[in-house]
Amino acid sequence: MAPAVMALDAMAPEAMALEAMAQATAPIPLDFAFRVEPGELLALVGHSGSGKTTVLRTIAGLWRPTVARVSIGGRGWLDTAKGVDLAAHRRRVGVVFQNYALFPHLSAARNVMAAMDTPDPAGAARLLDLVNLHGLGDRRPAQLSGGQQQRVALARALARQPDALLLDEPFSAVDRATREKLYSEILALRAHLKMPVVLVTHDMNEAQLLADRLVVMDKGRMVCTGTTAQVMADPTALRAMGIREVAALLPATVVSHLPDGLTLLETPAGALFLPLLEAAPGTVVRVRIMAHDVILSRARPEGLSAQNILAGRITRIVAGQGPAVMVHIDAGGHEILARITRRAAETMGLQVADQVHAILKSMSVARDHIAAGAPAQGGD
Amino acid sequence: MDWTALFLSLRLAGWTVAILLPLSILSGRWLAYHRFRAKGLVEAMVMLPLVLPPTVFGFYMLLAFGRNSPVGDMWLRLFGHQLVFTFEGLLVASVIFNLPFAIQPSQRGFEAVPVEVREAAACCGLSPWRSLWKIELPLAWPGVLTAMVLVFSHTLGEFGVILMMGGSIPGVTKTIAISIYDRVQGFDMQGAAIMSATLVAISLATITATFMLSARIGRRLG
Repeated sequence: MAPAVMALDAMAPEAMALEAMAQATAPIPLDFAFRVEPGELLALVGHSGSGKTTVLRTIAGLWRPTVARVSIGGRGWLDTAKGVDLAAHRRRVGVVFQNYALFPHLSAARNVMAAMDTPDPAGAARLLDLVNLHGLGDRRPAQLSGGQQQRVALARALARQPDALLLDEPFSAVDRATREKLYSEILALRAHLKMPVVLVTHDMNEAQLLADRLVVMDKGRMVCTGTTAQVMADPTALRAMGIREVAALLPATVVSHLPDGLTLLETPAGALFLPLLEAAPGTVVRVRIMAHDVILSRARPEGLSAQNILAGRITRIVAGQGPAVMVHIDAGGHEILARITRRAAETMGLQVADQVHAILKSMSVARDHIAAGAPAQGGD
Repeated sequence: MDWTALFLSLRLAGWTVAILLPLSILSGRWLAYHRFRAKGLVEAMVMLPLVLPPTVFGFYMLLAFGRNSPVGDMWLRLFGHQLVFTFEGLLVASVIFNLPFAIQPSQRGFEAVPVEVREAAACCGLSPWRSLWKIELPLAWPGVLTAMVLVFSHTLGEFGVILMMGGSIPGVTKTIAISIYDRVQGFDMQGAAIMSATLVAISLATITATFMLSARIGRRLG
C-alpha cells in the first residue's frame, strides 16, 4: 500500500479551496453557502429530501440553480450572475455516486482508466491497490461485491485527479461490516488527500466519525455549520437532525486489548472500556458517544455495573420543549453530552460549573460508532 | 431467378441502413434523454408510417416528391431528372418509411442506459461525444442493432411503397418483392418460389446473426 499512497501524494499538485453558494426557490428550493479548505472533509447531513444531493450536483455541474456560484481556488465553475457555467466534463471533480454508477461493460481497471486524461494501466493498477483491490482489475462490476464496487468508484474518482472530491451517500448500499472497514480506509486515505472533500450522508454517525466539519441541511436550506461540538450546541440543527442523533465525539487512544474481550482506551477524561476493537495499541480513534446513553452522577459511583466513568464539569444546560434537557460537560477539554430528564436535573439540582461524573455502559457503544483518526478541533 | 432485382433490393436495403444508422443513434438518443411538451406528438409522427397502409404512404410520397411538388421541382432543376421512378426516389421513400423501425428500438436502447452512468461519464471528464462512443453506444448497442436489422429486412421485402414511388422499372426500381409478384402474375410459380425462398433465407440469416451477436454482447456485459 505504501507506494500506492505515494502515487496519490504526487497527484493534484495545487490544493485549492472549494466555495459554493446557491439560492433558488423552484423547482428545488436551495439556500446555502460554504467553503471547504484543501484537505478538509465537509459532511452535508440531513434527511432525505433535504437537498444535500442537489448541493453536490450543483458543484459537479449536473444541476444549475437559479442563482449560484461555485469556484475552486477562486476560479469560477459556475457563476449565474456572470453567465459562467462550465459543463460537468470540464470541471475537475471526482464523484462517487450513491449506487456507484460504474460502467457495466468495462472492467474495474478500464472504469478507472476512463477517468484519466491519458489512459495509464499501471496508474490504474496502483489506484486499485490503494483501495485494496489488488488483482481484481480484470473483473467487471457485476463480478464484484458491493463494497468492491464502491472501492472501484472511489479509485475512478481519484483517477480524475480531481480538484474536489464529492461523495454522495457512498456507504449506504454496503452492509454494516463492510461500512466499518471502509470508514477506516477512508480515514487512512484522507491524510493523503489534498483536495477539499464533500460527503453527503443522512447518517449522523458517519458524518461525525468522518468529517472535520458538518453542514446541516433542512428543506434545501443550510441550517447550521460547524464542528461536531458546534452543531450539537445548535438547537435548530438538532431539530433538523432529530434529537436522538445527538452525540459527542471523544478522541481516545487504544491502550490494550483485555482477555475478557474488551479494549481499554485512554481519554483525557479517564479510561474507557469498549467492546474489542481491531486496532493496534497506540492507535488514536474517535468514539461517538450518544447523548441518550449517558447517565450522570454527582458522586463517583461505586458498585455499578457500568465501567466507564468520566469526570467533568457542567458547561451548559439546555432545556428543550420536551421532558428532557441536554447537559454539556467539559471532560478533560472535550465535550460530552448527556440527555437526561428535566425532572432528574431538577432533583439533582444540577447547575453550570458543577462537578459531575458521566457514566457509560461499554456495550452501549456500537462497533460502527468508533473509527480510527482524531476528530477535528476548533474550526470556524 | 431475377438477380438484378435481388441486387437492387440489397443495394436499397444497404443504403437505407447506411443513411438511417447515424439518424437512428442521434434521434433515438435525443428522444431517450429529453423531456419536452410535444414529445408525444413527435413520437406519434415517427410511428405514423407503421400504421399507414404502404400504398397510402406511397401515394403521399408520390404527391410530395412528384414533378408538381416543390421538392420534386427543385430536384428536377438540380439534377435534370425526376425524383420519382428513380433509385434515389426509392431511397428517400424507404428512409422515411423506415423511420419508426430505425428510431424506436434505438430510443429504447438509450433509455436503458442509467442516467447516473451518463452523469458519471461526464464527471469522469468524458465529453458528450466521447461519452457516446465509449459508454452509451456500447450499452445501447442491442437496441441500435435491432433497429438496423429491422430496417434491412423490412426494406428487402417492401412492396407497396416501392411500387407506388418507383413503378417497376427493371434494374432501376424493380426490386425482388416486385419481381416475385410479376412472376406470379406471369404464372412462373417456380421462379417466384426460388426468389421467395432466397428472401426467407436472407432474412433468417440476418436475424440469426443478430441474435447470436446480441447474446455475445449480453454475455460480455453479464
